[in-house]
Amino acid sequence: MIFKYKHSVALVPAVFLGQFPSDMRVSRIYAALKDLGFKHVFEVESAAGIYAEAKHKYAQEHADKKPLISSFCPAILRMIQIKYPSLVDNMIPIKAPLDISAIYALKVLQELNVPREEIGLFYITPCAAKIVSVKATVEEEKSIIDGVINMDSLYNRVYKKIKEQGKNYIFPSLKTPQLSADAILSTLTNGERRICMAKHSYAIDGIQNVMEFLEKLENDEVEDVEFLELRACDQSCAGALFSCDNRFLCGDRMYTRARRAAERERNGEMSRDRELDKYKDYLLEKAQTKIAAARSMMVLDNDISKALEKMEQIDKTQNILPHIDCGLCGAPTCEAFASDVVCGDVSIKDCIFYQRHLKRLGQISEEECLSRSNEIWGKDRINEK
Amino acid sequence: MHLEYTVVEGDFVNAGIASSSVKKTLKQLNVNPTVIKRVVVALYEAEVNAIAHAYGGKVLIDIDPQKICMTVADKGPGIPDIALAMQEGYSTARPEVRDMGFGAGMGLPNMQKNVDHLNVTSEVNKGTTVEMEVYFQ
Repeated sequence: MIFKYKHSVALVPAVFLGQFPSDMRVSRIYAALKDLGFKHVFEVESAAGIYAEAKHKYAQEHADKKPLISSFCPAILRMIQIKYPSLVDNMIPIKAPLDISAIYALKVLQELNVPREEIGLFYITPCAAKIVSVKATVEEEKSIIDGVINMDSLYNRVYKKIKEQGKNYIFPSLKTPQLSADAILSTLTNGERRICMAKHSYAIDGIQNVMEFLEKLENDEVEDVEFLELRACDQSCAGALFSCDNRFLCGDRMYTRARRAAERERNGEMSRDRELDKYKDYLLEKAQTKIAAARSMMVLDNDISKALEKMEQIDKTQNILPHIDCGLCGAPTCEAFASDVVCGDVSIKDCIFYQRHLKRLGQISEEECLSRSNEIWGKDRINEK
Repeated sequence: MHLEYTVVEGDFVNAGIASSSVKKTLKQLNVNPTVIKRVVVALYEAEVNAIAHAYGGKVLIDIDPQKICMTVADKGPGIPDIALAMQEGYSTARPEVRDMGFGAGMGLPNMQKNVDHLNVTSEVNKGTTVEMEVYFQ
């Protein structure tokens, strides 16, 4: 797919570097990516500084809004739209570093007179929610990113390439400036919080932890908090779905790289990204986006009388169910299943406990039970071995 | 629709169980988020009161298409002077309760602010009943 474009761009997040031994040169990894066919490599977190500055500016202009919630994590952004609609106005309407870095890459290439149709922007994603956010954006019609590559599958290829090239391979050194410590750490838990200007803030990772906190926030049980960094995955992006290695090992390697970067910064060895500086104002402006709209999916019916009726039916349906949340019906909990049944999406006959009950009454056949299982879990799950 | 919850004296860990559950219900009923917030804040205050000042009690919720009625009835010392208790900053909370961040004397005034109807009845050494109503429209 990347070969369709003359100028294929790999948008590489810092988490990708965390998959490799921390003493492996960054330029070596990028050289392997180029050998695999990418014409250009851009670091997603090169936009972390712009992202932080845009957020800070928004916070200053909206000091009355408390707390401000980072919209960095696409899973959190969507969960708030669906489950916590009263909090959507608290989300900071600034694009994520990925989008800003994509805009930057596009700008750089277009300045070199490369036509847009020859440019293919590919994000190497550790995150499943990012795929959704590229395919169906919250704010705009279409994302400027042309494709997404799962990090785990690309990791195998890059690693193989590096092995093939061997120790003595001479790879071109990196022309682009290296990421700052702040930039590398920005995708990890506390990465945004540690550099935010808020007096009172929290960094929370793990979707259950986030939900527990948002419940309290909605009830006004948390006071005076100015900024929230919320991440769906435990250990943030290091623990994302397509992050290949153990989340703690990956995070630690990123810390090691960040420490080295900090040392270089202290010694004045870090060159500024002059290219990025040139487009700073342009990118700050482009980083603005609209506030995501609430789209509650909890509503049973727009008509409150009907919703009340449904609620009582759900309650009755729940009483029939076993309450062990086995998930065999395809719904995560008996409560969710009861709601699906009442809203007409599924039949109560999908519950294997209820099937037993019907069988005893002679009201369901073995074939029907089997075909229901096949329908939910795919054919041939149950076969004679 | 009728819901019931039990509140246990001193059980601050579970303070908010009733208000969280009511919140979820109102979201499913597509009630305006601002209204939900008023309900939740008022009910949470009442729940905490029953936990902090009384020896526990019951929360009774009735929802119809127009409004929500909430009754928090506790067994406890009761309030001798309700008018005084309605004043902001007036509190009889024990020091250990204040240390937990409760008992600032904003409970009843805060409920009053958030609901359309508030009725407090109390009998000394028996208990207090707080009835609140919030209209959805």
